[in-house]
Amino acid sequence: MSRKHTIALVGNPNSGKSALFNALTGARQKIANYAGVTVERKAGRLTLPTGEPVELLDLPGSYSFDAASPDEAVTRDVVKGTFEGEAVPDVLVLVLDAANLEQHLVFAQEVLELGRPTVVALNMVDLAERDGLTLDPAALSEALGVPVIPTVAVRRRGINELNAAIAEAETHSDEEAHKRWHLTLPERRLSAKHMARAAILSKSTRHTIENGVDKVLLNPWLGPVILFGLLFVIFQAVFAWATPFADALEGGVGVISEAVTGAMAPGLARDFLTEGVLAGVGSVVVFLPQIIILFAFILVMEASGYMARAAFLMDRLMAGVGLSGKSFIPLLSSFACAIPGIMATRSISDPKDRLTTILIAPLMTCSARLPVYAVIIAAVIPETTVGAGVGLQGLVLFALYVAGIVGAMVVALVLRRTVTKGAASGFIMELPRYQLPRLKDLAIGLWQRAWVFLRRAGTIIFVATIALWVLLTFPKAEEGESQLDASFAGVVADTIHPVLEPVGFNREMSLALVPAIAAREVAVSALATTYAVDAEDEDVAAEGVTAKIAALWSLPTALAFLAWFVFAPQCLSTIAVARRETNGWKWPIVMVVYLFALAWIAAGATYWIAVSLGL
Amino acid sequence: MTLDGFDSGRTARITGVDWASLAEDEGKRLKALGVDEGAEVAILHRGVFGTRDPIALRMGNMTIAIRRMHAAAISVEAA
Repeated sequence: MSRKHTIALVGNPNSGKSALFNALTGARQKIANYAGVTVERKAGRLTLPTGEPVELLDLPGSYSFDAASPDEAVTRDVVKGTFEGEAVPDVLVLVLDAANLEQHLVFAQEVLELGRPTVVALNMVDLAERDGLTLDPAALSEALGVPVIPTVAVRRRGINELNAAIAEAETHSDEEAHKRWHLTLPERRLSAKHMARAAILSKSTRHTIENGVDKVLLNPWLGPVILFGLLFVIFQAVFAWATPFADALEGGVGVISEAVTGAMAPGLARDFLTEGVLAGVGSVVVFLPQIIILFAFILVMEASGYMARAAFLMDRLMAGVGLSGKSFIPLLSSFACAIPGIMATRSISDPKDRLTTILIAPLMTCSARLPVYAVIIAAVIPETTVGAGVGLQGLVLFALYVAGIVGAMVVALVLRRTVTKGAASGFIMELPRYQLPRLKDLAIGLWQRAWVFLRRAGTIIFVATIALWVLLTFPKAEEGESQLDASFAGVVADTIHPVLEPVGFNREMSLALVPAIAAREVAVSALATTYAVDAEDEDVAAEGVTAKIAALWSLPTALAFLAWFVFAPQCLSTIAVARRETNGWKWPIVMVVYLFALAWIAAGATYWIAVSLGL
Repeated sequence: MTLDGFDSGRTARITGVDWASLAEDEGKRLKALGVDEGAEVAILHRGVFGTRDPIALRMGNMTIAIRRMHAAAISVEAA
């Protein structure tokens, strides 16, 4: 055998292809309960029961080969063998939602017309049972002329049977494709109806839970109140629940720092560890609890099916600025990180709509901003409550998130009337059935997020912080001179500071923004390292960055710094992904320029207003 | 009459769709989701007060959200 065989998973959006992919390959591809989670081709390794290794492809969900959006085009090209550098898949695994057969059989027939060896995975049979459907896989298999295997991908049910069926189908992969008679869409739809009826043995009159739940969650009055209430609770929780864990981590870093100081002789090596690694990188790592709490909420919203409802509720607001609820999911993903958010825009069919969404995605408050916001808020905003149980710190955090959203809406409004001018786009989206999130999937999702965060701390944040530490440490200051003034970093700070002084930034802040171009969290580690290096004695160095900011920054200055980070595009990876997704440098440059301009104006306005109010 | 003016909760049969009034990709998507002559739909939920946009439809065993402007292009009769 020369070439490794390929097997491709195809089917409608949200039929569970990625969940099957994970179950078959042991991969941990992102799964969630809404249409359009997978927007590109992903490959994994599957071992057939015969022991033969094959390549398994996970493809974006598709309603038809007549593609309406970029992600659907990928699926069409791979399945039809016109995808660059990719042979026609040897076996197709057609994934159908058992509870939505009539709809999914329409695209299924289009796939079967190709005449390739095909196996059907009748997925989510458990949800079909919940809806009161009893299905007959044998009848369906007879009607379609291919094997049908009932599966529940997330519970790993039917996986071995499916794998065996794939191996059996693979033995026919060398045969000539016997294309089937081409049916028109109305014909396919009619035959889908007949096949679905024949495959459903019984249907109880039990009502699906969706309608009842949606009556509340999509209620025109109650729905938006519940959504905003939920978002509000999330930001309160980020502060309130994380505090004990964050304190413990911070204490831990302090203990290690003291131990290192005690055990090592004074010198460069000790300074590197205490000032660079522990004070710098450690100051970012302590925000792990906040990140985990934020993602716990996001993952539950995604897995339950509520995310699509939130898009429904937000559509009206989005329409007002020339976007659609379809942009809402990429934007909501951007609260985690703008990179998957920008990738997710591939499910948006209208190119101008998509470009606008890419350009405003960095305005959504990503999790990298959380350490920056949290450290400044903890330093300058008192830990008091306003009204019953509403913490002021959480409220300020909520306001910063709102500021990002409002900023994005205003920018979208301007863009849609100028550079991305075009007809108002529509909103067409499936609202998936509700599912109870599985603890194991949540745990895996959280672990992945925590790992990404720690890996960033160990790589990009570490490198940028250590580079700054080197610049801060050399050349050494004379007796009585400040280390910052004497160092190379002092020169950098003096160069950039005149631009930022008018908006209230001090020299340390201006300096911290330079390495933070790489990633926003670096602003925190850079400030921590700068203060640690510049501290005259070790006691001050051990104090921590929060205490230094509280002591040295005025309130207007701190607020201006927060306002800066609402807008500033301080993330190299985001710029790189925007370049890739827009095929050129033009739009990333537009994005960076307008965001820095907005950051400067926002910081300035905040500073000047705060000063004139006498804060 | 068109779907956007149809009563919520009652089942309607689609008698025609004015495809020309829809953007090409949106027409494709609606068609792929099963919106076409003869299909039966019911409005389940209407959006936020004021414009009551978007609307959630029941189509077969599936719920889909569309805008009122799409619904205005869909002619229906009581089923």
